[in-house]
Amino acid sequence: MTQVFSRFLLALLLVPLLALPARAIDIQRVTSPGGIEAWLVADPTNPIIALEVAFRGGSASEPAGKEGLASLATDLLTEGAGDLDSQAFQKRLADLSISLYFSSGRDSLQAGFRTLTENRDEAFSLMHLALTEPRFDEPAVARARSQMLVGLKRELERPGSIASRAFWSAAFPDHPYGSSPSGTPESVDGLTVADMQEFIGRRFARNNLLVGVVGDITPAELGERLDALFAGLPERANIPEVPEVQPSFAGDVMVIDRNIPQSTVLFGQRGVKRSDPDFFAVSILGEVIGGGFGSRLTEEIREKRGLAYSVYAGLASLDRGAMLIGNVGTANARVSESLDLVRQEWARLSEEGPTEEEMADAKAYLTGSFWLGLDNSSRIASTLVAIQREGLGIDYLDRRSAEIEAVTMADLKRVARDLFDAKALTFVVVGKPEGVTATRPAPGQDS
Amino acid sequence: MRHRFTFIIGLLALGLGLAPALPASAAVFSPKSFTLENGLQVVVVENHRIPVVTHMVWYKTGSADEARGKSGIAHFLEHLMFRGTETLKPGEFSRIVNRNGGNDNAFTSWDYTAYFQSVAADRLALVMEMEADRMANLRLTDEVVLPERDVILEERRQVIDNNPNAVLGEQMRAAQYLHYPYRVPIIGWESEMRTLTTEDALAWYDRWYAPNNAIVVIAGDVTVDQVRPLAEKYYGKVARREIARRDRVEEPPQQAARRIERIDARVQQPSVSRQYLAPSHQWGETQHQYALEVLAEILSGGPTSRLYRKLVVEDAIAVSAGAYYSGDAIGPGSFGFAGSPRPGVEVEAVEAGIDAEIARLLADGVTEAEIADAKQRLKASAVFAVDSIRGPANILGRALTLGQSIEDVESWPERIDAVTEAEIEAAAKSVLVPEHSVTGILRPKPTS
Repeated sequence: MTQVFSRFLLALLLVPLLALPARAIDIQRVTSPGGIEAWLVADPTNPIIALEVAFRGGSASEPAGKEGLASLATDLLTEGAGDLDSQAFQKRLADLSISLYFSSGRDSLQAGFRTLTENRDEAFSLMHLALTEPRFDEPAVARARSQMLVGLKRELERPGSIASRAFWSAAFPDHPYGSSPSGTPESVDGLTVADMQEFIGRRFARNNLLVGVVGDITPAELGERLDALFAGLPERANIPEVPEVQPSFAGDVMVIDRNIPQSTVLFGQRGVKRSDPDFFAVSILGEVIGGGFGSRLTEEIREKRGLAYSVYAGLASLDRGAMLIGNVGTANARVSESLDLVRQEWARLSEEGPTEEEMADAKAYLTGSFWLGLDNSSRIASTLVAIQREGLGIDYLDRRSAEIEAVTMADLKRVARDLFDAKALTFVVVGKPEGVTATRPAPGQDS
Repeated sequence: MRHRFTFIIGLLALGLGLAPALPASAAVFSPKSFTLENGLQVVVVENHRIPVVTHMVWYKTGSADEARGKSGIAHFLEHLMFRGTETLKPGEFSRIVNRNGGNDNAFTSWDYTAYFQSVAADRLALVMEMEADRMANLRLTDEVVLPERDVILEERRQVIDNNPNAVLGEQMRAAQYLHYPYRVPIIGWESEMRTLTTEDALAWYDRWYAPNNAIVVIAGDVTVDQVRPLAEKYYGKVARREIARRDRVEEPPQQAARRIERIDARVQQPSVSRQYLAPSHQWGETQHQYALEVLAEILSGGPTSRLYRKLVVEDAIAVSAGAYYSGDAIGPGSFGFAGSPRPGVEVEAVEAGIDAEIARLLADGVTEAEIADAKQRLKASAVFAVDSIRGPANILGRALTLGQSIEDVESWPERIDAVTEAEIEAAAKSVLVPEHSVTGILRPKPTS
C-alpha cells in the first residue's frame, strides 16, 4: 500500500549541489580542549543529537585497480569493531536506536550518527570504536563483498545506471572521476583487508576532519566528547593527490542498445566548480534551462510536447572538476526530437541569455528553497559540514542570498555565451532510439 | 534539484519506521485540529526550528475508486491539477511557488491523492489561496490535457516498463487481489490510459474534489491561531458538495496459493518475494494491526533481525532478506517477505530459507526479549519522526485520510507497548496462510 505515483521523479545521478539560504540558524564554533573544531547548532527542543563528519579522500583517490575500495571499506566499518563482532555491534546500535553510518563519495568519506540524547554516551563511543578499531572479520568482508557484487549486477538492470557509468567514463577517460565508485566485478574481487585498513588509516586523521552537530547538546559537552571521539587517530592524513581535470566533451552521441520501451538519455558539458566566481551565475542559468517546472527544457519537452516525464539539467561540481549534466527519458520513437530540443535550447540560452523574468525567478528560487532542505537535524548537520568542506565561512548562511542577488544580467549573458556550448553537448542514450546515429561507441561497449 | 521529489513517499508510514514513542504515555506530534463549516478538516503541527512550513491537501480518493475501464484517471487528474484554473495559466501554479522560493509536488495512491508545497512561513497564505482556488476552479482543455496524457505514458514506461522488478510487482498485485481494486495499478493499464479524456478528468474532479472530502495539514513555523483565519478566508469560501460513497467491492475468500514467475533478459540478479493478504487499519481483523507491526520489526528490523541474521549472516545464502507489514489502507493490507541470493546460490534456496523462518515462527512463536527490543526500536522511531517538518505532515495526512483519528496516531506508542506475545502469535497464524499468498520469482534468462 505504500506505492504512490507523483508528478516528478527524483533526479538520481547528480552530485548534490551545495547551496544554502540565509536566515537565523545560530551556528557556534566549538573547539575541543584538544583542538578539534566542530560547528554546532544547539537545539534542546527534541531529545535528539545528530552528528556528521567528513574526511577528504573519497573513491577518486583509490589506487588504480582498487576501484570500489572506498565503498567496501566504509560498508565494513559498522560490521564489527573492538571486542564487538558484527552482530554484537549491530545489536548494540539497534537496542539503543542509534543510527550510525559510514559512506563514500568521489571526493570524500562521510560518517554520522543520530541518537536519542539519553544514549549519547554509547553513540559517541561506538562511532569512536568504528573509527579506530574496525575488525574487518572475514565473514563480514565476504558478505559485504557479495552485496557489492550483486549491486554491480543490479546496475546492469537499470538503464540509468548503465548510462551513468558510460557517461562518467566518457567524460573523464584518463582520470579517476571516470571510474565508477562501485568498482567492477574484477576490482571488487581483488580488494583485501590490508587495502581497506590502509585506505582508512590514511584518511581518518585529526587534520582531515570536518564536523557538524545539531541538537540537544551544549558546546562545552560537545567539546569534551570530540576529543574522546577522535582519540587515537593519527595527527595527519596521507592521501594521494587527485589532479584537476576538465571533462572531455566533444559533442558525441553514444548509444547503448537495450531492449526497453523508453530510452534513458544523459547529456553534459563542462561546468564550473564551487570555488569559481561564476558558480552562482551558472547555478541560475541551470535553473533557467533545466531546473524543473517553468524551466526551458521542461516547458519544451514535457509541457508542450509530452515527450518525457522527467527532464532535468544542472550543475555537478566536484573538488577537481565540474560538469553541467542533464537527463531525459523519452519513448524510443521520439528520442531524436528530444535531443534536438535539448541542443536547440542550449544554443538559444547561449545566444540570448535569460530574460529578466527568468533571472528574477531563478534567484528567488535559489535563495528561498535552500531552507527547505534543512528538514531535520541530520540534514542541517550535513549542511554545516558541506559549508566547511567548501571553505565558505561560518557566516555563509547570512551571505548566500546577497551573493545570489548580486549576479547581474551582464554576468549571466557573459557566462551563458562563454560556457553553454551546444556543439560540445555530449549524449549517452540507453535503449532502442529511432533516428539517432551514434558518432562513437560508448566506453565499455563493444559496438 | 527543483521539483523532483521521490515518487515513493509512503515508506515512511506508520510501521515502516515512522512514528512515535518516548514514555508510553507521551503524545507524538500534539497536532491541533479544527473543521470549517464546509466540512474541511484542518490539522496544524507546530515546529519552529526554521521559518518554513509544509502545506498539504489530502483528498479522500485514489485509484481504487476508479470505474472499470478508466484506470489511471485519479493519477492523471493529479497531473492536470497543475494545468490551470480560471485565474492561473497552465503551469503557473508551480512557477509561482518556485518564484517564492518554494517547492511543490503531488502524489496519488490507491486510497488518497495529496498535493503539497514547502515554502517560507510568510508565504503560507499564498499557497493556501492557490490550493483553495484549484479545489474549486480547475479549467481543462484538450490543448493541455492531451500532451499531459503523453507525459503519464512516459511516466509509466520510466517507472514500470523499464524496470523488471516493477513489472513483476504489478503482476503480483493483480494476482494477490482477486476482486478488490488494489489489483489495478495506480498509474493505470496502458491501453486504458491511452483512452482517458478531458471529460473523464473533469468528471473525476467533479465527483471527488470538494472541501468536505479533503483534509488540510500544515506543519512548521506557524500556530493554529494564525492558520484559522487564513483557512476561513481561502478554503472557507469553497462550497461543500455532495460526495458519492466510495464503492468498494468485497474481496472474496482466497482459496489457493498463487505462484508467478517472470523470466526477463534484463534481469541480472534473481529475487523472490511473497505477500499475504493482511488486515489493515480499516479492513479485516483489525485487532491484529499493532501486533503485525511488532512482528515485522522482529523479522526485519535491521541487521540483527531474524531474517537478515539467519539468511544473510548465519547461513550466508542471501545478500538481502526482509519482511514488511503495510496496513495503511482502507481495504486489505499486506504482509510480505523478500530476498535475493548470494552469487552462486539459487533463488529457491532463499525461498526455502524464508519458508523455514515462517514455519519456525508459526511453530515456536517469538521471545519476550525480541518483543521488548522491537517495541523499544519502534517507540524510539516516534521521537525521531518529530525531528522533521514534512514527516509529521505526511503521517497525519495519510492516517486521517485513511480513516484513522488523531488519537490513533498520538496513542501509537501506547498501542505498540501493549502488544503481547500471544497477540503476535495469533496475528501470525491468522495472516500467514498459504492460500492467501502470492509468491513471485524474478529470474534472468538462462544464457545458452
